[in-house]
Amino acid sequence: MKLKTFTGGIHPPDNKQWSSHKAIEDCPLPAEFVVPLAQHIGAPSVACVEVGQRVARGQEIGSAKGFVSVPMHAPTSGEVIAVENRPHPWGTSLPAVVIRPDGEDRWSTELQPADPSELTPDEIVERVRLAGVVGMGGAAFPAHVKMSPPPEKQIHTLIFNGIECEPYLTADHRMMLEEPERILQGVALLQYVLGAERVVIGIEANKPDAIALLKKHCLETPVEVMSLEVKYPQGAEKQLIAAVTGLEVPSGGLPMDIGVAVHNVSTAAAITDAVLHGRPLIERVCTVTGPAIREPKNLRIRIGTPLSHLVEVCGGLIEAPGKIILGGPMMGFTQLGFDVPATRGTSGLLLLRTEDVALHAESPCIRCARCVQACPIKLLPTTIAAYARRDLLAETAEYCVMDCIECGSCSYVCPATIPLVQAIRYGKAAILAKKRSSQI
Amino acid sequence: MSQQLYLSSSPHIHSGETTSKVMHAVIYSLLPACGVAVYFFGPSALSVLLIATLGCLATEVVCQRLMGQPVTIADGSAAITGILLALNLPPSSPWWLTLLGAVIAIAIGKQVYGGLGSNPFNPALVARVVLLISFPVQMTTWSAPAPLGSGLDLVTTATPLGAWKNAVMLTGQMPSDLPGSTADYFLGNMPGCIGEVSALALLLGAAYLFYRRILTWHIPTAFIGTVILLSGLFWLIDPAKYPNPVFHLVTGGLILGAFYMATDMVTTPVSTRGMLLFGVGCGLLTVLIRLFGGYPEGVSFAILLMNAATPLIDRYTRPKTFGTPGQEVVR
Repeated sequence: MKLKTFTGGIHPPDNKQWSSHKAIEDCPLPAEFVVPLAQHIGAPSVACVEVGQRVARGQEIGSAKGFVSVPMHAPTSGEVIAVENRPHPWGTSLPAVVIRPDGEDRWSTELQPADPSELTPDEIVERVRLAGVVGMGGAAFPAHVKMSPPPEKQIHTLIFNGIECEPYLTADHRMMLEEPERILQGVALLQYVLGAERVVIGIEANKPDAIALLKKHCLETPVEVMSLEVKYPQGAEKQLIAAVTGLEVPSGGLPMDIGVAVHNVSTAAAITDAVLHGRPLIERVCTVTGPAIREPKNLRIRIGTPLSHLVEVCGGLIEAPGKIILGGPMMGFTQLGFDVPATRGTSGLLLLRTEDVALHAESPCIRCARCVQACPIKLLPTTIAAYARRDLLAETAEYCVMDCIECGSCSYVCPATIPLVQAIRYGKAAILAKKRSSQI
Repeated sequence: MSQQLYLSSSPHIHSGETTSKVMHAVIYSLLPACGVAVYFFGPSALSVLLIATLGCLATEVVCQRLMGQPVTIADGSAAITGILLALNLPPSSPWWLTLLGAVIAIAIGKQVYGGLGSNPFNPALVARVVLLISFPVQMTTWSAPAPLGSGLDLVTTATPLGAWKNAVMLTGQMPSDLPGSTADYFLGNMPGCIGEVSALALLLGAAYLFYRRILTWHIPTAFIGTVILLSGLFWLIDPAKYPNPVFHLVTGGLILGAFYMATDMVTTPVSTRGMLLFGVGCGLLTVLIRLFGGYPEGVSFAILLMNAATPLIDRYTRPKTFGTPGQEVVR
């Protein structure tokens, strides 16, 4: 049977063999945690602790500011030694709470377990919000916002994203293999809250063990486990929805506009912790991998662990990396060094060698149309990029630049090595900046 | 530890495919056709191939030097133009004609527009058509094949399409004795341009390009399909006058044109709908020119005319953006 998928896309080598067979290991605590107050899409949280204050594991250290925002929590018990700007994965210095662990790793007594059968949907959403749960696929969008659609937007299909289409990354794969119950409890909670009729867990066909295991666990349940074609970006929200339901999220709209909600499988596990145990999102699984690291691993890390500590735990470097990437090679962010911390969205730390990332000289576009065939949004990347690079913003917008999901497939396939998605990003930013300035 | 860190926005990996790899694959794919041409037409075909290729490379170097630009002949694109030009010339082309064609192809067909990627027309076809119009005698003097080792000399004769056209012009009927059989045409044992004679060798090369995903099926299928349907229609109407579709398929430059000339990436549409439309247009024009035009062969003209229509086709066949009902055509 032909597996479901979306149109377009690419087939990069998946390179998951480095870590896919390695069981999740608990990462030892580092000497110092740096917990950024901005780790999610939306308003950053505001520090609610002072220097010198003792905090317990899971205690709130940053308060949410507004609806699209989440609180931050202490990853372990210890002392707050600084509240100041620190290097952040986004490339700048941003406010962070720095904690020196006391080694006791003592949980906060304020966290209360609960019996979900006694909770209303609103109470469940509130527990998720208080726990600071964000989407764990990388974008880190606050989960409670996606759990509270306006009443006129009834969710009929709830999809769980177990695709993990980024090459190298295996964190979600290991989560599905090792903690299926934790994921499925979250699945049930989300189905209860959203009242969805159809629940699907989508997994790329290159993880047959995870598919078989979850299918076994879902035998007696209404949850459907769907094997999807191995193709990047199958895990992009709109492409996953298209593959599973055949529906297209309207341009500029949200999945809830067509009655669909998508959550990552690891987010579901975090929701279980939040609702059942009252435990906030202070840890996640992160794949530390790539040809430059001695011992690739899937690590359960506390949020705020410096990257240098992760490198040390994985046996150090084989050679100086050419690129330090948070996330995967297709959409991850390069880092200036190892002094930044892992955040709630850090699905991987990828260390590539210089030879893996050497830049190629750009040559003229030969209109080969590979970018057009690869684009999952069916844009004309080469046309948009050419307009954007000439600052022809009206034309850039007319060719639907704002619909680009920045998956990078166009740049990946371009034989002329034109930085297509990079030019498109520039075009999007320039259009937004122009809009903002014209509103003032 | 001294280290050089790359900082850039994603993606951080690349497929490894490069323009020059694509171009070189196209060159390899043309080697069987070149080999067959040399087998059937001997040293004269070889010299046309060499003069055209070296002429294109030299012209590109001269143009880029004159314009103070980096010389890019290593990317293989000028060599392809040279080979394709040679394949589109008669084996008896004098050296000066071939060389002139090479200069026209690169200087006027490509570099004046800004070089690789900027030319609206297929450079090799521009040169062929300029030569055809300027030097009709030399460009329509065809040789019967004289396979290597056969001891035969090249003898002047007409192409199958030319023989048909002459007969129809004179008598209004199909000639009773067309030179050669369909199998001869398919293998390349017929008079014609150097590269258009062997459908088999061309298809072998095209299969390799399909395998490498450099060629997609859209344009060749639409082009050839349209030729078969339309020529078949005329053949059914009057088989005494019009040749059958197989004749159209294996004689003349249809296979060379459909797989190598009409699929030139630079001068053809980028969307699949656009490619299909482009192929259909090529097919229509080819049949109309062959059956009703002044020239016996219409593939070159058809492709150049459709090259001119490519920007328009691109504009009207823009893919529907995901999540939209489709957009108005950008003015």
